[in-house]
Amino acid sequence: MQIPYNVEARPDTGLYNAKLGIWLFLASEVMLFGALFSSYVLLRTGDPGFMTIPHEIAEHLGVHEGTLWSDELNVPLAFVNTLVLIFSSVTMVMSWASLKLKDIGKFKLWMGLTNLCALGFMVIKTIEYSAKFSHGLFPSSGNFLAVYFTMTGLHGLHVVGGLIVNSYLWGPGSKMWKTEPERFTNRVEVAGLYWHFVDLVWIFLFPSLYLL
Amino acid sequence: MSGHSVEEIRQETRKYWVIFVALVALTVITVGVSYLDLSESMHITVALLIACLKGGLVAAVFMHLISEKQAIYAILLLTVVFFVVLMLGPAFGRWGSTGVV
Repeated sequence: MQIPYNVEARPDTGLYNAKLGIWLFLASEVMLFGALFSSYVLLRTGDPGFMTIPHEIAEHLGVHEGTLWSDELNVPLAFVNTLVLIFSSVTMVMSWASLKLKDIGKFKLWMGLTNLCALGFMVIKTIEYSAKFSHGLFPSSGNFLAVYFTMTGLHGLHVVGGLIVNSYLWGPGSKMWKTEPERFTNRVEVAGLYWHFVDLVWIFLFPSLYLL
Repeated sequence: MSGHSVEEIRQETRKYWVIFVALVALTVITVGVSYLDLSESMHITVALLIACLKGGLVAAVFMHLISEKQAIYAILLLTVVFFVVLMLGPAFGRWGSTGVV
């Protein structure tokens, strides 16, 4: 069976179907992360001790009384991760542009780099998480850490999801280029829209959790 | 972003790298500003303004929102409305419990 409108635009929307689909999905994602950001604001403004490390944990960590949770997060690592994700957004859009220029070799290069960046991001995130766990810091240690682990954890899952899809498009999925090049280009564009959204979420997570 | 000529795509790719440099610069600025001695509300305002600017660049250029179809703008308009309501939630919550926003 031929699936309609996966290359040509539907007359009423002016879009191929996958593009409409991904934007509807991203709209739901905005609400998902929006709910978490909203909860973060509510907890932070409602709990006077939200940002402060409790006395017993401060003692255990060997930090001054009144130290903020955000001071315990690793800003240099998160800064590097921000750069990695921004770079991966460029490589992603370059992979799509390569297909538009009918250069599958360049596509493989840029998409491969995107996937390496995604892997790099997760490796750095794992280092960060391991450091927290080894110091006995868990989501249950305080409201701030609960928010931190929930939001960065959900974001990390999105990175892994993107990595899986992008790896498929880089590997076996790229066979479609030989038979239906335009449809494959659209697939890459849609995967790219998702990937840029994941980058966009991190752009807000980084200052909200690490710097403020 | 469909049906563009080869030259148009090449111009686009140059734009992507300019935006990349801008995003890196804004990231450096946001980290730099966080070390300045400012009030908490000032820190929050500056950091969120920079984040909005960065997010806007990603959405407009990488996600091609600068030249998209009406249907997508309609979806996003609705999304923005609901997002604003969500973000106002904490204010309403406090209003209900304390009598002041």
